[in-house]
Amino acid sequence: MPNAEAARPNPDPRAATMALLARATRDELSTPLRDHWPNLAYATIRAAEIGLVMLRGRMGGDGAPFNLGEATMTRAVVELATGERGYGQFLGRDPARAEQAAILEALAQREADREAVEAFVLAPIRQRLAEDAQRKRAETAATRVDFFTLVRAEG
Amino acid sequence: MYVAVKGGERAIANAHRLVEHERRGDRNVPELGTEQIEQQLSLAVDRVMSEGSLYDRGLAALAIKQARGDLIEAIFLIRAYRTTLPRFGFSVPLDTADMAIRRRISSTYKDLPGGQVLGPTFDYTHRLLDFALAAEGNPAPPVTAPVDTAERFPRVTDLIAQDDLIERNPPENPGQPVGDLTREPLAFPAERDLRLQNLARGDEGFLLALGYSTQRGYGRNHPFVGEIRMGEVEVEFDIPELGLMASLGEVTLTECQMVNQFKGSLTEPAKFTRGYGLSFGHCERRAMSMSLVDRALRADELGEERTSPAQDEEFVLSHSDNIQATGFVEHLKLPHYVDFQAELALLRQMRRELETRASTHPEAAE
Amino acid sequence: MSLAGFPNPVLDQQAAFRAVMQALSEPGCIVQAGALAGEGSPLGPVARAIALSLLDFEVRFSLSSSLADAEGDITFHTGSRLASRLDEAEFAFVDLRQDVLDLGSFAQGTPEYPDRSTTVILRVESLTGGPSLKIRGPGIRGTRELNIPGLPTDFALQWAANAARSPLGVDLIFVTNEAVLGLPRSTRILPEAR
Repeated sequence: MPNAEAARPNPDPRAATMALLARATRDELSTPLRDHWPNLAYATIRAAEIGLVMLRGRMGGDGAPFNLGEATMTRAVVELATGERGYGQFLGRDPARAEQAAILEALAQREADREAVEAFVLAPIRQRLAEDAQRKRAETAATRVDFFTLVRAEG
Repeated sequence: MYVAVKGGERAIANAHRLVEHERRGDRNVPELGTEQIEQQLSLAVDRVMSEGSLYDRGLAALAIKQARGDLIEAIFLIRAYRTTLPRFGFSVPLDTADMAIRRRISSTYKDLPGGQVLGPTFDYTHRLLDFALAAEGNPAPPVTAPVDTAERFPRVTDLIAQDDLIERNPPENPGQPVGDLTREPLAFPAERDLRLQNLARGDEGFLLALGYSTQRGYGRNHPFVGEIRMGEVEVEFDIPELGLMASLGEVTLTECQMVNQFKGSLTEPAKFTRGYGLSFGHCERRAMSMSLVDRALRADELGEERTSPAQDEEFVLSHSDNIQATGFVEHLKLPHYVDFQAELALLRQMRRELETRASTHPEAAE
Repeated sequence: MSLAGFPNPVLDQQAAFRAVMQALSEPGCIVQAGALAGEGSPLGPVARAIALSLLDFEVRFSLSSSLADAEGDITFHTGSRLASRLDEAEFAFVDLRQDVLDLGSFAQGTPEYPDRSTTVILRVESLTGGPSLKIRGPGIRGTRELNIPGLPTDFALQWAANAARSPLGVDLIFVTNEAVLGLPRSTRILPEAR
């Protein structure tokens, strides 16, 4: 199950936040930012940038690595007026969303904002992902087969 | 020899405008949106991502629209686009054992932990045209079934490996750089990392034909589908200054583990061997073909005599890339006027020489 | 701790690239830097702008000893990593005001790939007011004068050795806090008139 927290039982809390923010839609970030943190002061440390990540596979699934092919990714780093640095990065091309993810990642480090980020941002994303994953699994489970071997005709 | 030609600018500009017009087709028919392509021609999107060697569904859909459905032209557009972007780094190697399974079948074991799930497949359809699709309308929603959340899907090859009946995959050598044919030109003999990268972006038709040729006896190696799995795999990226791995999201992959003829010697017990295929998106035919060709290309390593095209790495790796291939084939359309005039002059001269010889020595011409 | 990057990465990188290109195409000319980045970096604003513009994940760099603190900042912004050896770096940053210069220690390129040599960025106090050296070569009509103060005493000798390696050899970019001056491997220093 590669759905963020389910995949890694005890991830670094920052890594867990980043994993959820990486899977957010634009609205899931921009709406709570606008409603709960209007006029937030921050500086851009590494402006949002689109680039490539080379995805690696492994020979036979678990052997030596090889380069499978690239994927687009976007990343940004911002700094709040209070000094927290936030990182936003995910697959795809969306500089505005990368900056928003970075801001929220920084806010999640700030004691005073941590609970609000969890309640208004992370929890809804987590719930949507869990529902999506559950639906897909249920649809997939309906296509489970039980092949049974027929008696082989001899002679 | 290439000779520059000038002129034709207006004709070229008008031809481009005409192709845009033709792309749009009858303006009374609603225009196709890239989201429609992404959603409803998703397997074309998967193929363009695989052979374009760039995972980005939106870009692939745009390329398909721009190329009017010519997938090789779309792949060309994607390959050109990717050269404009900087590379930020490498992912942690993808863990396909941890895949969120949407399809998983095996032709070697009928009962396996996690079971076999067909997922969205064309298999077992009757290949009869469905005229109902010609009319618009939504299909019935998919059926659901209860989910056992504790269920895991171990790789079938790991089950065979438990009894030491299959060769081990080559282990990672931490000091060894991973070959990258987008940075260093391909040289022969090529290591398996480079071969797999080449095959992963190779033309599906080419891989399919080569895989088929091994089944028909040109480098036969008795394959069984150990397992095909398709689903979502997490992508992780190292952020060194924070000392953590950031999850970037998920990609859909198709993996094929081909289990092949066993091999042994006087000193080594017989074992099954492996061929491996991995593809972006849901591209089962390509992952299967890739695994057949990967296995065939391991001939030298496994002490097999190289007798067939699929075993000839120089032949396979040099001709698998459809962008290189289409570039060289299609360049024949470009002006070769001077070349051809030279050939024409040479031909006329040879004719003249023959005629002169025939007239001066009539007996020699007979 | 790394500093802020370019406010407008695309335009700022283009401006820095333009300055470097002009400096290398007209050797010895003082070119005002097109973009500045990073008050407080040991590299200074111009060398840092060049680093942020020319370096990426695909290349490695080296730093002279007094610039060692710049490593984290460069890696953070560009993805480039510090080379383990001087001759494995595509780019080298040397503070000529404090550190020694040995052009022979850098990558010189190979006969197949002469471009695989190190581009050396040299931080100096000023580009004017030093002893005069006459230079000649592509991009210079006749001769031009170089007046960089604080060059190593054996600089002309080192440069002659670099020229002797032609078509291999390193290219130099001198920087101050405002300007850039290029000295590509094709430029020759003329012997002093007696």
